[in-house]
Amino acid sequence: MPMPAAQIEALILAAIPDAQVTITDLAGDGDHYAAHVISASFTGKPRIAQHKAVFAALGGRMGGELHALQLTTATPN
Amino acid sequence: MSDVQTRIADIVNSNDIVLFMKGSALFPQCGFSSRAVTILDRIGAPFHTVDVLQDPEIRAGIKEFSDWPTIPQLYVKGEFLGGSDILMEMYQAGELQALLQENGIAAQG
Repeated sequence: MPMPAAQIEALILAAIPDAQVTITDLAGDGDHYAAHVISASFTGKPRIAQHKAVFAALGGRMGGELHALQLTTATPN
Repeated sequence: MSDVQTRIADIVNSNDIVLFMKGSALFPQCGFSSRAVTILDRIGAPFHTVDVLQDPEIRAGIKEFSDWPTIPQLYVKGEFLGGSDILMEMYQAGELQALLQENGIAAQG
């Protein structure tokens, strides 16, 4: 089921308050998104751990409700 | 370990590069799986694929195996590397190619 971009951003921010979140609606259908998440909390963590932190923020929706979310993560600078 | 976890462990330990995906390398059934195959094709190292759509046990079990909620999933020398987004980032940074070289897996591309 489609989920508004603002809701995805809100979920990420609730768990990772310092995150800079950029969400792109790839197909204009409210279903296929790319999210880029930048947070100092990712510093020193491998990519898998960075992605898992975002998955945890999304509370189990990844792979289910959010089946078509591309994700990239980065640290500031 | 349950039977399916043992089966998955056997697969990832007996192939240098394994991609768990939806569909086959020739006919991927999902954009993310297709992207992962394209990256591996470009690198040119031989890889084994497992079509999770043909095996519901593995489809569910692989998510538990890696504690990762999505498919595709790439394993190199038994170690989980990530999904298609991480694969793309590693490929663009040259890290994936370097990791394969370190593991003695020859790229032909």
